[in-house]
Amino acid sequence: MVNDNHTQKMMVRDLTFYYGPIQALSWISMEILECQVTALIGPSGCGKTTFLRCLNRMNDTIPDTRLEGEVLLDGEDIYSPGVDLVDLRQRVGMVFQRPNPFPQSVFDNVAFGPRVLGLTHGRSELEAVVEQSLRRATLWDEVKDHLSSDALELSLGEQQRLCIARVLAVEPEVILMDEPTSALDPIATLEIEELMRQLREQYTIVVVTHNMQQAARVSDKTGLFWLGELVEFDDTATIFTRPKEERTEAYITGRVG
Amino acid sequence: MSQHLRGEYDRQFAHIRDDLLRMGTLVDQSIVKALESLQKRDRPLAQRVIDEDEAINALRFKIEEACLALIATQQPTATDLRAVVAAMSIVIEMERMADHAAGIAKTVILMGDEPLLKPLIDIPRMVKLAREMLQGSLDAYVACNADEAREIANRDDEMDFLYQAVFEELLEIMASKPGSVQRATFLMWCAHNLERIGDRVTNIAERVIFVSTGDMRELNV
Repeated sequence: MVNDNHTQKMMVRDLTFYYGPIQALSWISMEILECQVTALIGPSGCGKTTFLRCLNRMNDTIPDTRLEGEVLLDGEDIYSPGVDLVDLRQRVGMVFQRPNPFPQSVFDNVAFGPRVLGLTHGRSELEAVVEQSLRRATLWDEVKDHLSSDALELSLGEQQRLCIARVLAVEPEVILMDEPTSALDPIATLEIEELMRQLREQYTIVVVTHNMQQAARVSDKTGLFWLGELVEFDDTATIFTRPKEERTEAYITGRVG
Repeated sequence: MSQHLRGEYDRQFAHIRDDLLRMGTLVDQSIVKALESLQKRDRPLAQRVIDEDEAINALRFKIEEACLALIATQQPTATDLRAVVAAMSIVIEMERMADHAAGIAKTVILMGDEPLLKPLIDIPRMVKLAREMLQGSLDAYVACNADEAREIANRDDEMDFLYQAVFEELLEIMASKPGSVQRATFLMWCAHNLERIGDRVTNIAERVIFVSTGDMRELNV
């Protein structure tokens, strides 16, 4: 399926999710387009992070959860029996709220995925992947002379870009970002946002953010979640200038209660 | 949708709205004075209309700057954003309306002591209509009421009808009395300025509909 000249990358149909007896998501349907940034906004506890984690089965690790509906990646249901979770999470990578580099060198952080997955052969190929990943994450110039330094010595903004480089090193197709800049200062935030705009040339990005202006700045499509429902999903410019739903208008203009 | 958490936005926007209404009052006064200067052949009053146009221009820039600052600092969205963007358009329309009033005043000065070609009948009607339309469009903006805005825009037909009547009457006089061309042309200019004010009000009505519905389209085409 093609929408605005972008091919469908993921398709969520009638997704319902439960934590034990509590229903966290109700009948969510959403088309995620290839090489676009899709932003998910909404108040705390509205289900947007739960939804994000459904897209690469991260919620599988939480006991007593249940999911109904379909999540398709290139037309294949990722919840079908027999789906290889390692393969899925390599194709659909994740960047978290706080930068979480391993307590290892910059190089080893980025090389971790390719090594574990056996994606490269020999040192020179691995070095090439590390350099390319760091370049794509716009971190290469800052770290190229300190590849053996401890990753934890980097600034928080650099650490977050390192985590993005670590995801890029395994050649993902979709990158999920859960509040990727909430721990960062304004300049580091803008660097990550600019990076997201660059990465969207090659990758499909889904980002959860509390910062509405960030959603407006970086995304092509925006979805508003409210009490586990997807209230409205449309082009970002439409959502922020002429939303159709009253709840969207109320949320983005700060008229609540 | 009761509590608004954007108190600072509300305060700043209230200032913009107050200034915009004040500008509307100044423009209205310019139109009234321009007509009075024409009726009484009062050239000093006409000169005052021309001089006071500067204050209206300054108010336009003040409001535009306040809108820019509000967008930059408060990042309004949806209806709030549309209301600010519309305010920027509306002040431009009103500034041009004041230019039209000044246009009438300049004609009064050009007319010198030449007696009026004919008694003024339709031109004062056009002024009355222009004032009602301007006031109505600003009321619709404050109320964010698209229906009111459409009603105001529809009244531009009355304005066009009056203009057409003035135009035809003056043409007839020019054809029958060749020596009257210059004096007829002066009155034609005055009527044309008023007709343009009606068009500007229609533009304001379009903006009000945009604020209220998000729909951006031209009326009376």
